[in-house]
Amino acid sequence: MNLKKTLLTTLAAGALTAGIFGCGGEEEKSQATVKVGLLHSLTGPMAISEKAVRDAEVLAIEQINAAGGVLGKKIIFVEEDGASEPATFATKAEKLVDIEKVATVFGCWTSSSRKAVKPIFEEYKSLLWYPVQYEGMEASPNIVYTGAAPNQQIVPAIEYLIEKGYKKFFLLGSDYVFPRTANMIINAQAKAAGISVVGEEYADMDQTDFAAIISKIEVAKPDVIVNTLNGTGNVSFFKQMSEKNYTSKEYMTMSFSIAEEEVSTIGPSILKGHLVSWNYYQTTKTPENDVFVAAYKAKFGSNRVTSDPAEAAYDAVYLWAEAVKKAGSFAVDSVLSVIRSGSVEFTAPEGKVVIDGKNQHLSKPVRIGEVAEDGLIHEVFATPAPVSPDPYLTTYDWAVKAGLQPLN
Amino acid sequence: MEQAVNILFNGLSLSSIILLTSLGLAITFGVMRVINMAHGEFVMIGAYTTYVVQQVFTQFLPSAIGSLYYFVSIFAAFGVAFLLGSLLEKFVISRLYGREIDSLLATWGISLILQQAARSIFGTQGVNVNAPSFLSGGISFGDCTFSYNRVFIILLVSLCMVAVWFVMYKSNFGRQMRAVMQNRPMAQCMGINSRRVDNLTFAMGSGFAGVAGCSVALLGSIDSTVGQSYIVNSFMAVVLGGVGNLIGTVIGSGIIGISSIFTENYTSSTIAKAVVLLIVIVFLQKRPQGLFVIKSRNLD
Repeated sequence: MNLKKTLLTTLAAGALTAGIFGCGGEEEKSQATVKVGLLHSLTGPMAISEKAVRDAEVLAIEQINAAGGVLGKKIIFVEEDGASEPATFATKAEKLVDIEKVATVFGCWTSSSRKAVKPIFEEYKSLLWYPVQYEGMEASPNIVYTGAAPNQQIVPAIEYLIEKGYKKFFLLGSDYVFPRTANMIINAQAKAAGISVVGEEYADMDQTDFAAIISKIEVAKPDVIVNTLNGTGNVSFFKQMSEKNYTSKEYMTMSFSIAEEEVSTIGPSILKGHLVSWNYYQTTKTPENDVFVAAYKAKFGSNRVTSDPAEAAYDAVYLWAEAVKKAGSFAVDSVLSVIRSGSVEFTAPEGKVVIDGKNQHLSKPVRIGEVAEDGLIHEVFATPAPVSPDPYLTTYDWAVKAGLQPLN
Repeated sequence: MEQAVNILFNGLSLSSIILLTSLGLAITFGVMRVINMAHGEFVMIGAYTTYVVQQVFTQFLPSAIGSLYYFVSIFAAFGVAFLLGSLLEKFVISRLYGREIDSLLATWGISLILQQAARSIFGTQGVNVNAPSFLSGGISFGDCTFSYNRVFIILLVSLCMVAVWFVMYKSNFGRQMRAVMQNRPMAQCMGINSRRVDNLTFAMGSGFAGVAGCSVALLGSIDSTVGQSYIVNSFMAVVLGGVGNLIGTVIGSGIIGISSIFTENYTSSTIAKAVVLLIVIVFLQKRPQGLFVIKSRNLD
């Protein structure tokens, strides 16, 4: 009896001590690390695009950790799957900021997912880094936009097409907020330039049959298709165009959501000669890009390609680390006040980028590219200097005259 | 005129794809009355099988016979889906006959498991099947271009139709199958092994879903959710045509395919979806049993 009691006491004491030590260990660990969240679609129609962005973020985190971390702390990440559903994005975003208490979140691709999580980041006074080109008409105090604003992608691309003598535009997009807003901007810009828009069509996100849309294109006979399709719709559309023997000679396209990653999925032989507009390509010639491409391929495989959104996501992690260093703190308030001072910059693979203190977008160079047979995109035009972000297009007369308003 | 020909051809092409995905359902749902929510995943399995066969051909065999992969993959897709369908029937469905709600939930769970399995094996990124060289491009008449892909799919579905018709109405197995579905106790009394008939019937329905997967692989990218985009149209085609009737499914697919393309040509794809749904609802209000009804003395 007595023996048994002693045994029990010892065991209990042992368990308690272990418990205390266990806690102590964890405490120590959390002091040496800082937790950030990654929120992308790992499943569903958007996974094709978002996987690369997520991979670039992981690469940047590992590189920063290997160089000693931020403020002496290693970055660890918690990952959630938005599953291509805005509602899922919202739930997962709340989980990351409220339960996981992450210092910041890198995430989203589609504008509908960003719009779904925006109120959550504003409510919890948290910070989201959004790495994809988008339609503009937004500047949330709790989001930093590291992709292109419309005046850094859409507007210059349309100017390029006009300059090259294209006169009949056909607008084709997926049915959600980015393509609809982009086309509203393009319509206003085309009208001011005297260009006719001969058709405007939207496909469902999961649409697989483009036969009817292709017939409409054949009837409208445009000389360029301005393409804002996103995700798997691009694969079906271009496959079904090539079924009918159409190449860039019959119907030139200018795409805003096709980067190297999508080219390799759709097939370079199908996309050869088509135009795209971005701020960065794998072929961009800067010393930083050589390092980035080599590191990306070393980590994820030599058959993988880097792309504009992946690069913008990579920049986002470095810009956050830079802002934290400047602020000397992980607190969102301090980080945001440094960002708003306009002094956070990074020599990125695309060239030097600076966060604009007023609208929290980046100033960045614009590059028009052409898809080549090898699956890479080669620059055919670039702006001589970085373009300042103008998400509301307030510096363009035609945009002001058209009274562009954000869609909801 | 050109536009009319285009609408007709595109409508026919969409109908043939819907029909191919509904043929299997016409058997498992139409004849066996099993609501198989995992049917779309068998389409996905067929599509991934096509991808795997293509990879094997390009890796291990000379490129001269590369285009032949597609014919092999049609049979491989049927075989793999047939086998998995047979396993599914044996271990899950057979335990749930007569419990529609239970089998609906169980097969829905299986559909989620299969989707996750596909993600774990092939990754979350879509994979792409290159159309064999003899199917790339199309044939032009004036301003109308008919792509070989779609002509081929129409031919393939016609062949499958004939095969299903032959098995169901001309073969000994088909006779047994119809006997079991119409009056099970009587069929059993006549010495028919009804468990075996159930199993083979379900496996055959799944096999045809696999063939459908093989053809949708030509049209777009393949990912774990590829089956989901076809499943709703397929169920509608079977219900519209009259459950349990092969000709009904053919006409049901035709109505849905052509009306969908026709509406989309004058409006947009979202409105087309709504209009098709509306047509089906209104039709079923007037004729809840569908286009064709099987006359049976069975009181069920």
